[in-house]
Amino acid sequence: MELITPGLGLLFWMTLAFLLLLFILGKFAWKPILKMLHERETSIHEALNAANQAKEEMKKLKFSNEQLMQEAKNERDAMMNEARKIKEKIIEEARLKAGEEASRIIESAKESIHNEKMAAMTELKNQIAQSSLDLARLILKRELSEPREQEAYIKGLLKDYKFN
Amino acid sequence: MHFNIDSLYFMMPAMLKKGLFFGKTAIMLFVILFTCTVRAGTADHPASGEQESFNAGRMIMEHVVDNHEWHIAEIGSLHITVPLPVILLYDGKVHVFSSNRFHNETHSYQGFRLEQDGPDKGKIIRVADTGASGSIAARVYDFSITKTVLAIFISSFLLIWIFVSVARRYKHNPNKAPKGLQSLLEPLILFIRDDIAKSSIGEKRYEKFMPFLLTVFFFIFFNNLFGLIPFFPGGANVTGNIAVTLVMAVFTFIITTLNGNKHYWIDIINTPGVPWWLKIPLPLMPVVEIIGIITKPFVLMVRLFANITAGHIIVLGFVSLIFIFGAISAALGLGVSVVSVAFMVFMDLLELLVAFIQAYVFTLLSALYFGLATIEPEHH
Repeated sequence: MELITPGLGLLFWMTLAFLLLLFILGKFAWKPILKMLHERETSIHEALNAANQAKEEMKKLKFSNEQLMQEAKNERDAMMNEARKIKEKIIEEARLKAGEEASRIIESAKESIHNEKMAAMTELKNQIAQSSLDLARLILKRELSEPREQEAYIKGLLKDYKFN
Repeated sequence: MHFNIDSLYFMMPAMLKKGLFFGKTAIMLFVILFTCTVRAGTADHPASGEQESFNAGRMIMEHVVDNHEWHIAEIGSLHITVPLPVILLYDGKVHVFSSNRFHNETHSYQGFRLEQDGPDKGKIIRVADTGASGSIAARVYDFSITKTVLAIFISSFLLIWIFVSVARRYKHNPNKAPKGLQSLLEPLILFIRDDIAKSSIGEKRYEKFMPFLLTVFFFIFFNNLFGLIPFFPGGANVTGNIAVTLVMAVFTFIITTLNGNKHYWIDIINTPGVPWWLKIPLPLMPVVEIIGIITKPFVLMVRLFANITAGHIIVLGFVSLIFIFGAISAALGLGVSVVSVAFMVFMDLLELLVAFIQAYVFTLLSALYFGLATIEPEHH
C-alpha cells in the first residue's frame, strides 16, 4: 500500500461505492431537493409578483376611493347649497305672502271699518237730523205752521252740511 | 486475546438481506466496534516490541496509507483494532478471512502473507508456492475491505442517510423555510448550484451535471472532515488516498469526454487564436491540447490527494515531535507538547478550511471542464 500507487481493491470498491452513491443520492436526494428548491423559488417569485400587483391595485383603489370621496363631498356641498337657496327662497316667499296677506287683511279691515263708519255716520246723520228735527220741531212748534216746508228747508240745509 | 469474528462477517450478508441492518449505520458501527480486537503487544507488532526507538516516518506513513485493519488505540501493550475482512482473488479462487488471521509469528494464513517490511510492505502476497520468500510475481488480487474502503462505506451511508432525510423534509414541507439539517445544507447546495454549476456551465445545461457535482462535493467535504476526526470511524485518510481521488478524477474525465460537443473537439484539434505554424506541419498545439485532456483530471487527482495527505502528515509530524523529544527526556517532551499541540490546533483549523476549499476546488474545476466541453460556439 504505497502512498502514490493506487491499490486495485480500493479502486474497485471506490468505483462501486461512488457509482452507488451517485445513483442513490441522484435519485432519492438531489432530484427531489433540486426540484423542491426550484419550486420554492418559483413560488416565492410568484408570491412577490402577486404582492406587487396587489400593492399596485391597492394604490389604484385608494386613488379611486379618494376620487369617489371628493365627488361625494362636492355633491354634498352642491346639495347643501341648493337646499340653502331653496330654504331662503321659501322663507322669502313666505314672508312676501304673509306681508300680502297682512296688508290684504288690513285693507279689508280698513274697508269694513270705513263702511261701518260710513253706516254709523249715516245713521248718526239721520239720527242727528231726526233729533235736530225733533228738537227743532219742538223748538219751532209754534213758529212753524207748515212742518212740511220746514222739513224740506232743513233737509236742504243738512245736504249742504257734511259731518266729518 | 483474539475474538473470532469470521463467523460474523459471513453472517452480515444474510442480515443485510433480512433488512436488519439496512440504513442503520449506527448499529453497524456499534457491531464493528464491539468486535474490535484487543490483543497483547507481541512480536507481531513491531512498534510495541521496540517502543524505545520511535520511528516518526514509519508512524506517519502507517497513519496516512491504507491498512488491512483499523487501529483504534494502543494502551500500554494492548492494541485495540477493528479487524477487517480480507478478500483475495488468487488463481481464480476467492479467499475470505479476517485480517486477524495474520497476527501470528509468520504473518501468514492459508498461504498468504501480509508483508511487514520492504517494498511490498502492507501488501498481501502468496507464499505457499514459492516457499519462504514470496514474490509479487505470484499476483494476488486484493479486494479486501480495507480501512479506507470501510471509511468510504461509512461516509457513503452517512451521506445517503443525511441527504435522503433532508430530501424527505423538502417533500413533506414544500415551499416552507428550511429547518434544522436542511437549513445547514441548503446554502451549500445552493452555492454549488448557483456559484459553481450555473456560473461555470451556464443556465441552460447545468442541470445535467448537478447530481455528479453535488455528490463529488459532499463526498470530498465529508471525508475531508471525517479525516480530521482522530477517532474511529473518522481518521481514515480517504480523500488523501490516490486511488480515491483517481476514481473521482476519472469520473470527471469520462463525463467531460462523453459530453464534449463538436466545438470542444474542434478547438482541441484546431486551437483558435494560435499561429498556424504551431499546428502545421508539426501538430504541436493539438498534441498539447490532447495531453491537456488527460492532465486536467490528473491535476484534480494530485491536488486533492496531496493537499489532504500533506495536512495529515504535518499534524502527525507535530505529534511525532512530542515523542521524539520525549524519548530524549520526559520534561523536554512535555515542554514540546505545549508548542506541538498549539500548532496542531492551528493546523486542524487550517485543515477545516482546506477541507472546504479542496472540495470546492475539485467541484469547481470539474464544473469548468464540463462547461468547456459543452459550451456552444460563439457566432462571430
